[in-house]
Amino acid sequence: MMKRNHFRGLNRAMLIGFVGLLQQQMAVAAPREFSSLQTRGVEWPTFEAIWEVITLQQYNTRLVVTSTLILGLASGLVGCFLLLRKRSLMGDALSHACLPGIGIAFILGVTLFGEGKSLAVLLIGATVSGLVGVGSVLLIRNTSRIKDDAAMGIVLSVFFGAGVAILGMVQSMPGASAAGLEYFIFGKTASMVFRDFLLLSGVAVVALICSILLMKELTILCFDEGFARSQGWPVSVLDILMLILVAAVTVVGLQAVGLILIIAFLITPAAAARFWTNDLRVMLLLSAVIGGVSGWLGAGISALLPRLPAGAVIVLMAALIFFVSMIFGSARGVLRRSLSMRRLRAKIGRQHLLRAVFEIQERTWRDESLRPINVPISYQELLHHRTWSARQVKRLVRRGVHEDHIEATDGQTLRLSESGFGEAYRITRNHRLWEIFLFTHADIAASHVDRDADSVEHILSAEMVRELESKLNMASMPESPHEIARLKKEMV
Amino acid sequence: MSDFHNKMAPASDRPAVEEDHSPDAPLSIHDLTVAYHRKPVLWDIDLDIPEGKLVGIVGPNGAGKSTLIKACLNLIPTASGKVQVYGKPYGKQRSLVGYVPQRESVDWDFPVSAVDVVAMGLYRKLGWFRPVRKKHKEVAREALERVGIGHLADRQISQLSGGQQQRVFLARALAQDATLYFMDEPFAAVDAATERAIVTLLQDLKGKGKTTLVVHHDLATVAQYFDWVILLNMRVVAAGPTEEVFTQENLRKAYGGKLSLLAEAGHALTQADRG
Ligand SMILES: Nc1ncnc2c1ncn2[C@@H]1O[C@H](COP(=O)(O)OP(=O)(O)OP(=O)(O)O)[C@@H](O)[C@H]1O
Ligand SMILES: [Mg+2]
Repeated sequence: MMKRNHFRGLNRAMLIGFVGLLQQQMAVAAPREFSSLQTRGVEWPTFEAIWEVITLQQYNTRLVVTSTLILGLASGLVGCFLLLRKRSLMGDALSHACLPGIGIAFILGVTLFGEGKSLAVLLIGATVSGLVGVGSVLLIRNTSRIKDDAAMGIVLSVFFGAGVAILGMVQSMPGASAAGLEYFIFGKTASMVFRDFLLLSGVAVVALICSILLMKELTILCFDEGFARSQGWPVSVLDILMLILVAAVTVVGLQAVGLILIIAFLITPAAAARFWTNDLRVMLLLSAVIGGVSGWLGAGISALLPRLPAGAVIVLMAALIFFVSMIFGSARGVLRRSLSMRRLRAKIGRQHLLRAVFEIQERTWRDESLRPINVPISYQELLHHRTWSARQVKRLVRRGVHEDHIEATDGQTLRLSESGFGEAYRITRNHRLWEIFLFTHADIAASHVDRDADSVEHILSAEMVRELESKLNMASMPESPHEIARLKKEMV
Repeated sequence: MSDFHNKMAPASDRPAVEEDHSPDAPLSIHDLTVAYHRKPVLWDIDLDIPEGKLVGIVGPNGAGKSTLIKACLNLIPTASGKVQVYGKPYGKQRSLVGYVPQRESVDWDFPVSAVDVVAMGLYRKLGWFRPVRKKHKEVAREALERVGIGHLADRQISQLSGGQQQRVFLARALAQDATLYFMDEPFAAVDAATERAIVTLLQDLKGKGKTTLVVHHDLATVAQYFDWVILLNMRVVAAGPTEEVFTQENLRKAYGGKLSLLAEAGHALTQADRG
């Protein structure tokens, strides 16, 4: 981990110097047509401008936003598998390794065709060098004793460094305008011709379809590689397929998101989706949606505010969704966890209180040989019945009164309400049946016990409940509510 | 090849199996040697496992028990030798083989439910690209019922106890519907009830004529559970029917001078005699 951060720090330093240099060189040549809205020359977009972007009225915005949305869907899907295979850093190495390919493809384009900025050629270069980078990681790992993370750190830095050097050289190539290449680093909603749109969306859609088709295979690869291999799945082929999918998404995202940030666009939606579900299918779907939404919003916002690099905005959108998911996520979100913990505590507290009251009443019935009637009990008795503090008791009683289970007649005594009496009887009976079950069936109990269940009948068979009931020692309960009402009147 | 070995090795060091391999043994291992990083871990393993037996693989830590299983399943490269399942290479007989890996070998925080994991046992039969359907899930549920945790089918696997996770792995192997099973320490860290359930299951498999190889650590129960034993310590110390092979003498050879283990083994033997 330390090593990795170290390498990344290095990258950032190189990058800042490099970008500064590029900016100086291209201050004059800075193309104006990169955003459809920049020409208006306004800092903050007007309402109409916002509306235009949201509704995708401008042709160029439409292309850019749509392609980013499709990219987001694909990266959300593919990113899930990358995350579950624990290969995030591999994705990072892959994207950084794309840079030299871009430079070399540009040089080749210029020398062969006289024009280097064909997107297809640049992206093919990026793909090749990205995959060469991944290949180098595997080679280093398999031929030496160097560990995965170090191998990836080395490849990531060396390839990125080489890319920066090559791009630096390209800037000074005579007769070639290399302006715009630096956008591959940070991403930019550039203007887009229809051909490019088809290329990017086409690749993204293919990646999307492939990862849906390979869902089962990639799942078993990510979960249990050894078992997959024993079944005869070609694990290395599957791994390579997964990396090719990652490469496809990376390359498609180079222009909009940039190679530094693409890894965040792959991993963040998947990590966010994980907070909402424990089901892989749902996670895949959600992650794709989150990726798509952040791509759409990010590209839209960046079209409105051309000063903001698209990649950064897209990733910030994804991060925003991530944080919201982390807090509110319905499966593992922070709030959900603490809420369900609190709810459970409240439930247990209520059960303890009602059972305590019932047991104290039961004692009174026995001692004074009364029929089971709802006798008032004192706070003092309650306080001594369990190890709980006066404050706890007070709070529980207050809640009991609020839930209409307890009637606190004065400050000294309390008794159960009509519904509270029924509830207390039920809870006590349930509790005792469980105790008997655990005691008499200890051998099979552990895997069956869910004492949180509202009643034993939901878990155990009717036969078992009857057997337990035969052992149950409990004052019989007046069945009808009228009976209780009558008893109550008698009591007064 | 076999003759060569017979001449080279002292008789007492040879495994207690016949040298001519029967062509339709569920598993026959021919002179298998496995090495990690040029350090041999298993030497010249030569075995025929008879059909329908419940076989215990026993030996000290690092003896190469897991390695033997992995080598049989083609999970790791072998330095020499070959493994045959019903007379054919493993690669051709995969559908006949089920596998229960060590429980620690996977990340149980993975976002799948118990029934999803069990359904993985059917993936091979499904083949490429074909998705898991309802009827496959039904098969998976039945397998979970058989190991006694049908009611936990839809629970996410991280919310299962260790013993329940072990049962999920067993159910997955059952779903594979194999005739030869490899199980790596299915009894590791399970309570008495789960252990009994697993033993019942193993007996059940045996009753159906299936052959099962189980890595086992508890010497006290070896004689009780298994009708065949492989004593392993980088080589086969002894292999054969339990009553012939599971002796003090052989255990000393397998476990060497590890005194506490020997005491344990002695205890096991007296228990076995009584039982
Ligand atoms: N991936 C590996 N790389 C290098 N050496 C290994 C590897 N796996 C196992 N070994 C070595 O091979 C030997 C046998 O290991 P193996 O896991 O087969 O033992 P085992 O009998 O299963 O032990 P245990 O009872 O502890 O599970 C050990 O000495 C171990 O150090
Ligand atoms: Mg082992």
